[in-house]
Amino acid sequence: MSESKMLSIWFFVGLMLTVLGLIITCMGIYFVFNPETTTAMAHLNPSLWWGVVMLFSGLLFLIPSWQNHRSGK
Amino acid sequence: MEQMILQISWVDWLIIAIYFLFVLGIGLYLKKYTKTGEDFFIAGRKNSAWVAGLAFLSANMGALELLGMTGNTVKYGMFTAHFYWVGAIPAMLFLAIYMMPFYYSSRIHSIPGYLKLRFDEKTRVLNAIAFAVMTLLMSGINLYAMALVLRTFLGWDWNVSMWVSALTVAAYVTLGGLLSAIFTEIVQFFLIWFGLFLVTILGIIDIGGWSEIFNRLPDSMGALWSTSTDAANNGMQVTWPGIILGLGFVLSFGYWTTDFLVVQRAFSSKDLRSARMTPIIASFFKMALPFIVIFAGLVAWVLTKDPNAHFSLLQENGVVNYDSALPMLIARYYPEGLIGLGVTALLAGFMAGQAGNISAFNTVWTYDIYKSVINKGATDRHYVWMGRAATVVGILLSLVTAYWAKSAPSIMDYTQAIFSWVNAPLFATMLLGMFVVWITPNGAFWGFLAGMISSFSMFLAVKFNWISAGVLTLSKEASDMSANFWRAWWAWLICLVVTVVVSLVTKPKPREELIGLVKGLTTIELEKNLPFYKKPEVMALLAILLFVLLNVYFW
Repeated sequence: MSESKMLSIWFFVGLMLTVLGLIITCMGIYFVFNPETTTAMAHLNPSLWWGVVMLFSGLLFLIPSWQNHRSGK
Repeated sequence: MEQMILQISWVDWLIIAIYFLFVLGIGLYLKKYTKTGEDFFIAGRKNSAWVAGLAFLSANMGALELLGMTGNTVKYGMFTAHFYWVGAIPAMLFLAIYMMPFYYSSRIHSIPGYLKLRFDEKTRVLNAIAFAVMTLLMSGINLYAMALVLRTFLGWDWNVSMWVSALTVAAYVTLGGLLSAIFTEIVQFFLIWFGLFLVTILGIIDIGGWSEIFNRLPDSMGALWSTSTDAANNGMQVTWPGIILGLGFVLSFGYWTTDFLVVQRAFSSKDLRSARMTPIIASFFKMALPFIVIFAGLVAWVLTKDPNAHFSLLQENGVVNYDSALPMLIARYYPEGLIGLGVTALLAGFMAGQAGNISAFNTVWTYDIYKSVINKGATDRHYVWMGRAATVVGILLSLVTAYWAKSAPSIMDYTQAIFSWVNAPLFATMLLGMFVVWITPNGAFWGFLAGMISSFSMFLAVKFNWISAGVLTLSKEASDMSANFWRAWWAWLICLVVTVVVSLVTKPKPREELIGLVKGLTTIELEKNLPFYKKPEVMALLAILLFVLLNVYFW
């Protein structure tokens, strides 16, 4: 069997959450300097902290699954 | 009429585009790992319990359900949580502990496949046809409903949103089969949690805390069981026997233990323990889902009653659109970027539901209709080709159904009822088949047929006012929901009685043909050398404990 080992689903979950978390975090940073005022909880800047939560959750899936894939586990 | 409740910016478009590219990329990547029939239809039977468990739940967690259940909570309050707790958990655990060993050990590809082994070809084909029609009908109606939601809240063109999502699903399921569907379902699971749970968190903070929400709710909205003794005391107009017999027993067990759409995910597990753990893992997340949908609905209810909140649901021709609750909350709390995430979560929910329907359809069509009736002796390669062709044709038929629904929106009324036409009687057939040795093939066939016909007839009789719904529900007040619960119960009972009576006068299959399929004739090697905390029975006990605690807490 010369076929490469399949990446696990957790890699794809991690990649998706990391990319989207990064975008949401960037929006949150943007709102720190240019506060948005249209939404009801704008003062909490949910984009910033939720983006960071997503980003770290994504990395928690992404890094171990990539390491496992590289080591052939 | 384009209302555009949610304004989409370029960053929201970017997030939506990334999601579409991502799922197509997954399909392309998985194609090279999808070669045999076992790969395409049953994902190679290689999945862990966690993968199969999350896919099991995600296949059921469509966006329509999220929107509808949030809307139902605004309408009926905590009673809606019954769909997630008593209406799911006992059935999921029963499947894991008692039924999965028979399903998994018989190495079948589908639920109709079990009927063939336990009974005969005609019962299998009857169930396969009923399931295929039900799946395509649901798939098309979901597609129509998705386009309707996207048009109402985002102003998107009806045809474009329907065709783009349908073709995307067709592409990745055709490429990677069940494996693609499972991968995207799991991505969808995380997108829904990250995309929609924030609505509840912000809503609770906005109102002033968890207890403040319950302080503002009247008993009829905040109670789970305490108002169920009299149908007049709760908005759902249903009493506890209706909830327990109709929803908790027949509809729930009928759906969770026999609907191939969800059970197929457990069949993809790598071993029997993983297959048994699949519904158990899913049950914990099912119990957690009300923390998105139910609490978002309660937040929406509280806000609509608070004049200072300046929050209202959408109204169409003076009628409140309860399903608008979740999008209206997104519009209230989410700035640009997060709106893209919320919309992507809903889109992912729609598309994963679509993929679930189509991957179940292509398997039942290929194995239980095409291979069983039309072309028995073809090669594995040919059946994989047929599975791919069935995916494309299934999507096209879904589109036809969606256009049909568009021209006759009243067919939406049938969606709630469809499950009780097929799944409620099927549950009686399965229960008897799996646990009673002397049930005969003819008993199963005629019982199942009688159950389906009676359920459909009861639906028509109420719909066209030939009888009042109260005749079915045995009460004066009867909502559509209550009639649905009770119709399922009667259909189940009719199937059970007919199956037993016909079995008493017809010839059973030889006992030796039933080994491995019926309890009492079968010794299945369950996991004996596992540490106790890894045993499915122990995890199921934990799930039951949590289930009881939730019901008592919200009593």
